[in-house]
Amino acid sequence: MRFRRTKAVVVGVSLALAMAACGGDDKDSGPEVKSDIDFESGTTMAEIADRGTVTIGTKFDQPGFGLRNLKGEPEGFDVEVGKIIAGALGIPAEDITWKETPSDVREQVIENGDVDFVIATYTINDERKKRITFAGPYYVAGQQLMVRSDDDKIKDLEDLKDPKVRVCSVTGSTPSETIRDFLANERQLTLFDVYDKCASALKNGQTDVVTTDNVILAGFVSESDGDFKLVGDQFTEEPYGIGIKKGDVDFCEFINETLEANEDSYNEAWSSTAGKIEGTSPAQLPDADSCS
Amino acid sequence: MDAVFDNLDLFWSGYLRSLGICLWAMAGSLVLGTLIAACRVSPVPALRWFGTSWVTLVRNCPLTVVLFMIAFGIPELGINASYYVFGVAALVLYTSAFVCEAIRSGINAVPVGQAEAARAIGLTFTQNLSQVIMPQALRTCIPPLGSVIIAMFKNSAVLGAFGVAGDLWGVGKRLSSAQGYDALPVFIGVAIGYLCITLPAAAVLAYLERKVAIAR
Repeated sequence: MRFRRTKAVVVGVSLALAMAACGGDDKDSGPEVKSDIDFESGTTMAEIADRGTVTIGTKFDQPGFGLRNLKGEPEGFDVEVGKIIAGALGIPAEDITWKETPSDVREQVIENGDVDFVIATYTINDERKKRITFAGPYYVAGQQLMVRSDDDKIKDLEDLKDPKVRVCSVTGSTPSETIRDFLANERQLTLFDVYDKCASALKNGQTDVVTTDNVILAGFVSESDGDFKLVGDQFTEEPYGIGIKKGDVDFCEFINETLEANEDSYNEAWSSTAGKIEGTSPAQLPDADSCS
Repeated sequence: MDAVFDNLDLFWSGYLRSLGICLWAMAGSLVLGTLIAACRVSPVPALRWFGTSWVTLVRNCPLTVVLFMIAFGIPELGINASYYVFGVAALVLYTSAFVCEAIRSGINAVPVGQAEAARAIGLTFTQNLSQVIMPQALRTCIPPLGSVIIAMFKNSAVLGAFGVAGDLWGVGKRLSSAQGYDALPVFIGVAIGYLCITLPAAAVLAYLERKVAIAR
């Protein structure tokens, strides 16, 4: 008995060592997980590192950014960036708890402490800053145009001046207001209550262009089986931040430094997720805002 | 209330667009509804069957479903038109079933003896319907017909959620959400806009009813 147990321990330890040794080379293993970490006690980083697990809020329905796949695992750019930050806290991907956070509960879950941070196509704005602190931005999204793949007439905003071109967006949305400035007349605009009706209209030829933030469009492109593509450049700026508890400046600075120090992992995260979608511009880590 | 007064031009254009939708849909549904009512009381079994099926199918489907079938279904068959046209078509189709039933109730209210007398002096079915029954039936069916038409005017707001941009409802949504205005004054403005369509219509109907009463 005793002998067998010892043997098991030896096998276990050597397996662990082997895995640790391989970890650095293996591309699929995701971002680097730090082991030599030492955080000042009392900080959020120390607390998470001691705990050994981290809870991250993300979206489960945003293809390319945060989507729960059919196996139940979250995937996308937000998820990969979350793994980079977790790795810097010494936490491997399998010890991350992902919590679904739709847009309207994001501030709430941060305030309640249900999650350690939220990374969920989360636009930084003053209204939200009243309740939480943003690290980042880690990505700047922007409004863009989506057309049918076989359409080579519409290439950028200028082509919308043709009164025959029909454009679809969502009633009352910021993109629907912005796009009016680029149209020859308002009759060109079709407005629905949700974007997937616009996608149907685009597919069956009732509209020629769908416009909103590129990340939403990228999701439709990735689901369209090659029917849709993005064209033109992003023409507005929506900086995406990482939401943390209000006033946690240390944690905010830690996240910003982590992103800056891991630009390779960041680029890898983009090109393996949303960057695969045709027409998306390459992600470039923006300069971080100051933490407050 | 600034939200309303600063944007009167938007409300005005929304009003005109909604009014246009309503008038087209009213004309269309009165014509189609009358034709279907004629089918329902026709002596030809196939026409009766068609009329009855039409009413059963259309009247028991939610308007949104009819709208979806037309606006998203027809393009899949390769037929394209603007959402304005599809929207009006859906309203016409949907309302025709109710118009038909209102007219049929009027026809049924005409005493059987009238039709029998007309047949006895040798009038054909068409003559009978157009010269004897319909003139009397229209009098009885004006109040229910009026309710149907006014209900349709209000239903036209659904088209705004349906790609027909720039109608009253759309203007309300746009002002209340996109520009951060207060919803209450904006939608009071929208409500007044719809009242400016339905109240005159109701007045015309009341006038017609009075005329009919005198004729009796």
